[in-house]
Amino acid sequence: MQVPAHFEYQRATSVDHAIALLTRYGAEARVVAGGHSLIPMMKLRLAQPEMLIDINDLHELGGIRVEGGELRIGAMARHSELLGSAVAGEHYPMLHDAERVIADPVVRNRGTIGGSVCQADPSEDLSGAFTALRATAVIRGAEGVRSVPMRAFFTGPYQTVVGPAEILAELRIPVRPGGGSAYVKVDRRAGDWAVAAAAAALWLEPGPGPGTITDVGLGLTAVGAAGFTAVAAEEFLRGRPATEETFAEAGRIAAEHCRPVADQRGPADYKRHLAGELTVRTLRRAAARARARGQEA
Amino acid sequence: MQITVTVNGTEHVREVEPRLLLVHLLRDELGLTGTHWGCDTSNCGACVVWMDGTPVKSCTVLAAMASGRHVRTVEGLEGHAGLDQVQRSFIRCHGLQCGFCTPGMLMTARWLLDHNPDPSETEIREAIAGQTCRCTGYENIVRSIRHAARAEKSRDGAA
Ligand SMILES: Cc1cc2nc3c(=O)[nH]c(=O)nc-3n(C[C@H](O)[C@H](O)[C@H](O)COP(=O)(O)OP(=O)(O)OC[C@H]3O[C@@H](n4cnc5c(N)ncnc54)[C@H](O)[C@@H]3O)c2cc1C
Ligand code: FES
Ligand code: FES
Repeated sequence: MQVPAHFEYQRATSVDHAIALLTRYGAEARVVAGGHSLIPMMKLRLAQPEMLIDINDLHELGGIRVEGGELRIGAMARHSELLGSAVAGEHYPMLHDAERVIADPVVRNRGTIGGSVCQADPSEDLSGAFTALRATAVIRGAEGVRSVPMRAFFTGPYQTVVGPAEILAELRIPVRPGGGSAYVKVDRRAGDWAVAAAAAALWLEPGPGPGTITDVGLGLTAVGAAGFTAVAAEEFLRGRPATEETFAEAGRIAAEHCRPVADQRGPADYKRHLAGELTVRTLRRAAARARARGQEA
Repeated sequence: MQITVTVNGTEHVREVEPRLLLVHLLRDELGLTGTHWGCDTSNCGACVVWMDGTPVKSCTVLAAMASGRHVRTVEGLEGHAGLDQVQRSFIRCHGLQCGFCTPGMLMTARWLLDHNPDPSETEIREAIAGQTCRCTGYENIVRSIRHAARAEKSRDGAA
C-alpha cells in the first residue's frame, strides 16, 4: 500500500492566503491542485512536503475566457474544462488536440492546467503546446503580480521560475487572426505519456499558392528539445511558402536540434525520427486549418 | 484533523491523518468496500467515485480534500426502486466476470449516461478509457452501457 509520509494540511481561502501560508512555511510547503502528479510523487517519497496547501477552493484561479484580446486560462481550470471550452477550441484547436490525448477522462476531471505546467515534466503535453503558442504565465507572490513568457518559464526538468512562495494564477495567449494550430502525439497506448509529440501554430499570408508563413511557433514534447521548442526550425519557416518541402526541411532541423534519451518508451533514434516526422505532420495540419479559416473569413 | 464528508447523502465526521486517501476513508473508516482499490497509481479506475458530481480516482484524492464535499460511491447507485439501470444492464448483458473493475465502471457509466443519454460505442469506449478490466470483458461492458442507455430511453419515452 502506497501512503505518503506525514504532512500537515491546510485549505487556502484566497490566493493571498495561499501566498501567506507558503511564505510562513517556506521550503517545506507545497500547494496541491489536482494532486495527480504531486500525490503519486508523495506516495513514492519523490516529494515530501511537510505542509500541503490545498488551492481547490480558489475559484479566482478558475475559468477560461477571452478578455483583452487574449485567451485566458485559469491555473485551476481542469483538463476536462479546457477540452470542453468552445472558445479555446475555436481560437487554438491545438489545445483540444492535446487535451484529447492527455491521460484519460477521469484523470482529466481532476488534473489542472496550472499543475501540469508547474510540474514541468519533460513529457507534459501542455508544456509543448503553450510554448508553441507563446503563452504568458501570470504569477502572483507577496510582492505582486509578474508575467513571464512561456519560453522563459521552464528552467529545467521539473523546474520552473515559479518561486517557493508564488502561485501560478493564469496562462494568457494572444488571440490573432489568420492562424491555424495543431498538436500530434505518438503514445504506446491510449492515455499514456508521449513517446514524442509536436505542436505547431502558424500564421499565413494568403497567396495564390499555398501561402507564405508570416509567423510560426513550434513545440516539442518528450524529446529533450531546449525550452520545449526548436527555434532554428521556427527561424527557417518564417517568410517561406507553406509547402511540403518547407515543412520537411523544418522537420529535419527540429530533429537535429533535439536531445532525446532512450527509456521504456523507446530508443533515442526513434524519438528523434518522431520529432522530425511529427513536426511535419503538425505543420501540415496547422496550415490546413489556417487556410480553412482564411476561406471562412 | 477533523473532516466532514457527505457520502451517499449521509454526513460523516471523522478524525483522520491528512495523508489518508479517500479510497481508504471509504473502505476502512466507513466500511464502504464497494469502491475497489487496485493499482494505487491512478491508472486502473477501480477506485472511481463521484466527488461533487464528477468522477475521480479516489486513490489519488486525499480524504482531507473531500472534506465539505459530496461523495457518491457504488453503494449510492441503488435507489428506492431498486438497482440502478446500469447495474441491471451489467447483470443482464454479463458486463462483469470477476467484478473487480465493476464499481468504477458503473460509476463512470452512470455519469456518462447522465450527461450523454445516447452515447455511441466510441463515446462509451472513450469514457471508460481510464479503466482497466483485467478480465478483458470490454465488449460486454460496452454492450451493458448501450443496453442501459436504450432501456432508459424507452422508459423515458413511455413515461
Ligand atoms: C494516470 C495519469 C496519466 C497522465 N497522463 C498524462 C499525459 O498523457 N500527458 C500529460 O501531459 N500529463 C499526463 N498526466 C499528468 C497530468 O496531466 C498532471 O498530473 C496533472 O494535470 C498535474 O496537474 P495537477 O493539478 O494534478 O497538479 P498537482 O499534482 O496538484 O501539482 C503538480 C505540481 O505543481 C505545483 N502546482 C500546482 N498548481 C500550482 C499553481 N497554481 N501554482 C504553483 N504551483 C502549482 C504543485 O505544488 C506540484 O509541485 C497524467 C497523470 C496521471 C495520474
Ligand atoms: S486504484 Fe485508483 S486508479 Fe487504480
Ligand atoms: S470483470 Fe474482472 S476486472 Fe473487469
